[in-house]
Amino acid sequence: MEFGPYLFFASLEGAITAAVLALTAVGLSIVFGIMRVVNVAHGEFYMLGAVIAWWITSMISAHPALGFVAALIIAPITVGLLAIVCDYLVLRRINYDPERTIVATIGLLYVLQQTTLMTFGPEPRPVEAPFNKRIALPWFEFKEGGFALTWPWGLSTTTYKLAVIAAAVFILLLLWLVMSRTRVGLIMRATQLDSEMAQAHGIPVNKVYALVFGLGAGLAALGAVLVVPIQQAHYLMGGDPLLLSFIVVIIGGLGSVAGTIVAAVLIGMSDGIISVFFTPTLAKIIATLLVAFVLVFRPQGLFGKPEL
Amino acid sequence: MSSALRNFILHILVLAVLVVLFFTVSEYHSGNLARIMVLAVYAMGYNLLFGYKGLLSLGHALFFASGMYGLGLAMEHLGTSAALAMLIGLVSAFVVSAVIGFLALRTSGVAFMIVTLMFAQAGYLTILLAGKYTRGDEGFGIPQADRAIAGIDLSQSDNRYFAALILFAVCFLFIGWLVQTRFGKTLVAIRENPERARMLGYDIQKHKLIAVIISGTLAGAAGAGYALLFGYAGATFATVQYSIYPLLWVLLGGAGTTIGPLIGTIFMTYLIDISSEYTSAYMLIAGLALILLTLFAPHGLAGVVRKKLLPWLP
Repeated sequence: MEFGPYLFFASLEGAITAAVLALTAVGLSIVFGIMRVVNVAHGEFYMLGAVIAWWITSMISAHPALGFVAALIIAPITVGLLAIVCDYLVLRRINYDPERTIVATIGLLYVLQQTTLMTFGPEPRPVEAPFNKRIALPWFEFKEGGFALTWPWGLSTTTYKLAVIAAAVFILLLLWLVMSRTRVGLIMRATQLDSEMAQAHGIPVNKVYALVFGLGAGLAALGAVLVVPIQQAHYLMGGDPLLLSFIVVIIGGLGSVAGTIVAAVLIGMSDGIISVFFTPTLAKIIATLLVAFVLVFRPQGLFGKPEL
Repeated sequence: MSSALRNFILHILVLAVLVVLFFTVSEYHSGNLARIMVLAVYAMGYNLLFGYKGLLSLGHALFFASGMYGLGLAMEHLGTSAALAMLIGLVSAFVVSAVIGFLALRTSGVAFMIVTLMFAQAGYLTILLAGKYTRGDEGFGIPQADRAIAGIDLSQSDNRYFAALILFAVCFLFIGWLVQTRFGKTLVAIRENPERARMLGYDIQKHKLIAVIISGTLAGAAGAGYALLFGYAGATFATVQYSIYPLLWVLLGGAGTTIGPLIGTIFMTYLIDISSEYTSAYMLIAGLALILLTLFAPHGLAGVVRKKLLPWLP
């Protein structure tokens, strides 16, 4: 087998990772950008999205697509509301102090994860995709008389995987529109720039924070609902997305949404490609060290401008 | 009574209680206590950095594991004696904490937490990657015959208790002494007001680095001690969870007090021990404790005692 088709296959797998990662990481990024806190429980909100999706699809047995659409709407909203409750009960009470927030969200991580273990159980559970048609990947080959399409044996993707990429792009565009073109977005950006000044102009900063925290968690849950027909719902599935989101947010520049998306594509693609060709452990070591060194030597991120 | 003498008496009293406990509690509890004392050394190392210096690290498991694997790998693959392996464990923790400290201290606050977390994660993954030597998650046992220093068999439970007590006592008295010195007081001064300390002419970076190195080496001593006394080294001890534990113990016991780490380790170990009999989701307790402590008791148990009863508590 030639190298070319495999690379094509690997980059397609990478694009799916990148799409879901972009959603999850943007959630973490807006929480950091606007509230200036690091939410360590972000991965658990992701996990909850997948678990709730499993619950909903297993309850609605009419048609897999119906259950899935319901999950796509209900799961992120439920997770978002739960995050708002957490914000009200915990984060607001410690005044969004950056270090205490990290400690409290570590606690939240264990509470959410272990509660899921007690109720949902330790075994992974699958969710059926609404549509899942296999597509063989075409490849161009140079033959006598010009290019010809071939279908290398065994390499395929599904319509669902392609739909995940499209859905992620759509959601991110929608988010960008909300942030840049609506009044809610304007209020969020004002709070990000200067929360005290925003408060002085009558913006209810505490409500904005609650909304942003809910939105961030909802985005993570949405990413998980999209990915759960490909992976499976499991109570420990939040760890990797958390780590990868951290990596993406830091490399993209803390709090910069555009940088986050660029970094998500970069990391997602390279993660997909590297894991096809090399061991995933080595890929993770390189990625974590990269984050550490970026923070040490270029704290504004690879794409960010230095702060004045 | 001078405060130095009063503190010294307090520390000796704590150690005396630990000696008395050995003769009064059942073998199950004395086994637990031996483990707690070793882990309390880890907590004390953490407390020096977090409680006295105000630097919150999320990567101390790396230092613990450095000590553990420094000792474990030396004994397993080089066949060194236990005493020499202990030294190798300490040196590896010293070197690792010096390198990590040098790099991580270029950042502060939240970035410092994430950098330490990432380095520790890279360390954990490296242990998995080097599975040929470390046997990854499964870990490896250290043969009972090798676990002896100067002819004393440390795998035997009485000897193990007193070995743990000696390790604990040395570190406990060392920390008790250290925080009374000029160096210890300067650490607190930097924690309280770094700008002012800098203006008074203290080299902040140097103090921070020394604090990281002492803290990391103590964590390594605990790791090496744990492997030696309990005869096992595994990658579990390098996971994020083992970086969170000392934070939890110190927060619960009281950050910035010398006896807080011991109190926190005792309480949390028993809390998790008891709850794991009922459910496999015992980390729920740890999570709830972290949230409640952050919300309602950021100064921990010893902090409350110091505030309400004994303002002189070191």
